[in-house]
Amino acid sequence: MTTSPSDSPADLAVVGAGPAGLAAAVAAAGLGLRVTLLDAGERPGGQYFRHPAPGLGAARPEALHHGWADFASREAALRAHVSAGRITYLPRHHVWTVTPDPGGGPVWALHAVVGPEEAAATVGARGVLLATGAYERQLPFPGWTLPGVVGAGGAQAMLKGGLVLPGSRVVVAGSGPLLLAVAGSLAAAGARVPAVVEAAAYTGYAAHAAALLRNPGKLAEGATYGGALLRHGVRLLTRHAVTEAHGTDRVEAVTVARLDRDWRPLPGTARRIPCDAVAVGHGLVPQLELATGLGCATRLSPDATVALEVDAGQRTSVPGIWSAGETGGIGGAQLALTEGEIAAHSAAGRPVPARLARARTRLRAFAAAMAGAHRPGAGWTGWLREDTDVCRCEEVPAGRIREAVEDLGARDARTVKLLTRAGMGWCQGRMCGPAVAALAGTDPAPDRRPLSCPVPLSHLAALPPRTPLTGPPTGRPHLLWPRRTH
Amino acid sequence: MSEATRGRGRRRSPRDLVGGTPAETWSLRFDDRELPAQSGQSIAAVLWSAGILAWRTTRATAAPRGVFCGIGSCYDCLVTVNGRPNQRACLVPARPGDHVTTQEGTGHDDLAV
Repeated sequence: MTTSPSDSPADLAVVGAGPAGLAAAVAAAGLGLRVTLLDAGERPGGQYFRHPAPGLGAARPEALHHGWADFASREAALRAHVSAGRITYLPRHHVWTVTPDPGGGPVWALHAVVGPEEAAATVGARGVLLATGAYERQLPFPGWTLPGVVGAGGAQAMLKGGLVLPGSRVVVAGSGPLLLAVAGSLAAAGARVPAVVEAAAYTGYAAHAAALLRNPGKLAEGATYGGALLRHGVRLLTRHAVTEAHGTDRVEAVTVARLDRDWRPLPGTARRIPCDAVAVGHGLVPQLELATGLGCATRLSPDATVALEVDAGQRTSVPGIWSAGETGGIGGAQLALTEGEIAAHSAAGRPVPARLARARTRLRAFAAAMAGAHRPGAGWTGWLREDTDVCRCEEVPAGRIREAVEDLGARDARTVKLLTRAGMGWCQGRMCGPAVAALAGTDPAPDRRPLSCPVPLSHLAALPPRTPLTGPPTGRPHLLWPRRTH
Repeated sequence: MSEATRGRGRRRSPRDLVGGTPAETWSLRFDDRELPAQSGQSIAAVLWSAGILAWRTTRATAAPRGVFCGIGSCYDCLVTVNGRPNQRACLVPARPGDHVTTQEGTGHDDLAV
């Protein structure tokens, strides 16, 4: 237990120490706010700037990163602010809910589960910035539950954090620019990458030439990745997908097929590529449960994910709650850094510097072009078999989900869940949600998870007795009461 | 000869990329094996280093599973650490003296009625 709402609350609590949260925390402290920075991770940086623990003794962690200086300068600033008492930095704190003050005052309570021991902590703050980032979107295919099939971002995270590879011959597949970065890192770290299998056609970007030309930095980044792939002899197969992973106890090969414009596999185009691992991902999904629990308004992004609605100052629709980075729509680390600094100015009651506002507009335009180009086509469900597990946790196959939709009349992911248990397991639909929504023929609904991570029952029992344990009614703030003592 | 060492000598490793040396090494007990571990690695990273990709079997079909998302979102890498089941191997740092065991089903079979 570090602080409580009854202690002197921070001016701003920042949830997440990735690019957006880290930039926001140091900028806000620099503007005179007292900041508490809570992060589920062991070290600052989030997923993008994930790096080996000091004990691993990496002499050149920057070799695994693009834009490491952006992190190093802010990490140094974080240390200085912590030493000076302007930032309270709380790593290993997984915030599972944020609740308003029952008295209606301007104080929020952030409830966290701390470390592997799952201790309880509650932190009070006058304003909250949600910089909770994203997780990877996965579209299932036969064999995707075999060991050796890992998330593309997951392979990258394990490499950046633990200096390990899932195999020695790794096919990288799915959709989105992350695949190029992942393939480049894996190859640089010694893996053979026989192919990057990209479902979209990069010609999708051509419709957004203006947004591309205003972002020469992004084009240079793309060229860097492209050059790295050429150097390592990696083939880029666009408009192709891995439609099956083969093996019994682990991956031994994949089938790759050519896709039509709607991502439907074309008959007669399948071929086999031997490999001992597959790194797969189809873009990222904003992680929103804390925000939707508070009633923050959402919007549908061009990549078919749900993101938070924010204004020019990064304010959500709930007064006192800000958001920055991937929670407001997938846009990459540069945009996250920019938005974090904008949110800090806004939370400090300062005008947003024009250079930050311009950078945000420019980078958001690029993000929209990118999102549109990699939006999954409807035909991907053509590579599912009836027995392909869609929900990994509850082991619910595509056939049962189709039965729920076609025979039992389910018209959304929630009804499919009630009928089949898809999305009812440990991950609470984080892995299967987009796929189930697609099979139900709908856009994904905003995340509704009253607890953002497993919470010991003792923590819930310790909440005041008037606390309802159900989620909030649509669009209304949570009425959970904050804990005032520990 | 393994894929990793075939061809023009030894392939690069992640360690070659970032250089340096780990502060400390020890061995982690996994089921009946001793695996080399480096300070700062997660349990999942220790297992991957040893070429082990699966350390759990599912409740319904006893299918093997290990790391999938790598960032704590998917809960596929659950493992029993020092008798405590359902720990996410990708998040939990490996510590000297830890005994990690393959997790079957819910990890709570002892509570079954």
